[in-house]
Amino acid sequence: MRKSKGLKKGTLPVYIVLWIASILSIFPFYWMFVMATRPSAAYNSIPPTLLPGDQLVENFMKVLDTIPFFQAMWNTILLCTTVTLAVLLISSLAGFAFAKFQFLGKNFFFILILLTMVIPPQLGLIPQFYLVSQLGWLDTLLGAGVLFLLNPLGIFLMRQYISESVPDELMEAAKLDGCSNFRIFRSIVLPIIKPAFATLGIIVFTLVWGEFLWQFTVLRDPASYTLQVALASLNNAFRVDFGMLLSGVFWATVPLIIIFLIFNRWFISSITEGSIK
Amino acid sequence: MKSTTQMSEKKKDMLSGYLYIAPFFIIFGIIGLYPAVFSIVLAFQDWNGLGEMDFVGLNNFVVVLQDPLFWKSLYNTVIIGLMGTAPQLIVGIILAYFLNMAVIRFTNFFRVTIFMPYITSMVAVALVFGVFFSSSETALANYVIGLFGMDPVSWKTSEWGAKIAISLMVFWRWVGYNTIIYLAGLQSIPKDLYEAATIDGAGKVQQFLHITIPMLKPFIILTVFMSTVGALQLFAEPAVFLGSSAFNRDEAMTVVMYLYRDAFNLGSFGTASATAVLLLIIIVGAAALNTWLTSGVGRKQKRRAFKK
Repeated sequence: MRKSKGLKKGTLPVYIVLWIASILSIFPFYWMFVMATRPSAAYNSIPPTLLPGDQLVENFMKVLDTIPFFQAMWNTILLCTTVTLAVLLISSLAGFAFAKFQFLGKNFFFILILLTMVIPPQLGLIPQFYLVSQLGWLDTLLGAGVLFLLNPLGIFLMRQYISESVPDELMEAAKLDGCSNFRIFRSIVLPIIKPAFATLGIIVFTLVWGEFLWQFTVLRDPASYTLQVALASLNNAFRVDFGMLLSGVFWATVPLIIIFLIFNRWFISSITEGSIK
Repeated sequence: MKSTTQMSEKKKDMLSGYLYIAPFFIIFGIIGLYPAVFSIVLAFQDWNGLGEMDFVGLNNFVVVLQDPLFWKSLYNTVIIGLMGTAPQLIVGIILAYFLNMAVIRFTNFFRVTIFMPYITSMVAVALVFGVFFSSSETALANYVIGLFGMDPVSWKTSEWGAKIAISLMVFWRWVGYNTIIYLAGLQSIPKDLYEAATIDGAGKVQQFLHITIPMLKPFIILTVFMSTVGALQLFAEPAVFLGSSAFNRDEAMTVVMYLYRDAFNLGSFGTASATAVLLLIIIVGAAALNTWLTSGVGRKQKRRAFKK
């Protein structure tokens, strides 16, 4: 049979299917780029335009005229970074406690965390909105970020990782040397759990980056918009300029694509870590 | 037996334990538990967020359950959810199976490209698909279906056009995610199971049905559970896809959009909270039902309990 170049018998259909899946997966990214470089009218041409044009800068200028793009980008980065750091701290502390300390009601508290994962986020939407508005946090990043501090999954991951990777002997030795529990956390646990930080960090960062409903609810002032809210507002004009619209989407997606291509192994392992444990 | 220093060590550990889990529970109390309870209370009140609350008993539920738009939104959510997620799980298993074949080259390349849609935000997906599936006759989607001899569809204003477009967004964004989860599952199946089956004369199809599917079951249950919960919470895709008219039309109104519209466009916090409570019941019910149904898959096959 055909054995040239290691292509085994019967694998050709498999390759065809995988190539089709790959092309369909990345085509919208490519097409988004094409449209971002074309005038809006290109969208109506028959046959369809599939090669990039020369309007890359013009379209992006129109985006800048319509929404405070860089402000939104900055807001998003600030929001994602702060929330991620806070969740890492909260989760690693709680994970450490659940993994290494004995205290009354430990199992009860842990099951409680399990249960919090079942509550759909929309259940509390109205009171949360009311609470945030009463606190005067509407249109602020504090208001946009506060809900994401609640991340039960993070505690699971950290508990798992810490109980597997931090040896009890090391903790006991440190205690004999008179280390306080917090000192153990800071100088022994933290360095060991860096990989878990990377995994959870990616999960939280992408989650906050992409979330829409809550941000759409609390951010009404364009100056406070995050990228998602700003992008969605591009679509509300009476006549939407498609070139401009997809230029906005393209430039808002590029940073994440770059981060993804650099750290793709982390991304891919993070979802399996996050879901299968 | 224990010395006093050990006792105090124990107490210290207890204190540390409580102290370290405290931040989560304080936050949970304020922005998780309190709003959830408040929502349930609110479901029995008439309130617009400003004046006094007025206890109305089950009236909000009656209003919502008698509103044809609520049922339409539930119907839309279920249809879009089924069309968007069920094929996704099947295609995900097939892709993962192919990716897992030892002979396949460029596995990492395929993994990266197939997973890439997941990193895009739902808003970005909805906007890109919104242009692709614009209602114009020359929309790219209409060009593509034209190649197959089909008439152009006005994707954003027709009953099925909107549902199909939104289902495809959901499908596109999540299929790679599920593929990766299934791939992780496949890689956890010991190779000797297949070798033994081959020696016993089992064909590829038999191996797939009697080894792969049963061993993959925990992963299938997980993805079915997550897809069910996610599908019932659909909001960004339809809301952004349809733009500013999203809340005025009903082709793609989902339950969360209905809830949002009640609360923030119509100022009726009471009925919106009743909808939220109904949504909770629907999600828990659907997730339980689906998990129960999926655990029936391959129940009769002998399999080793999955343990990491």
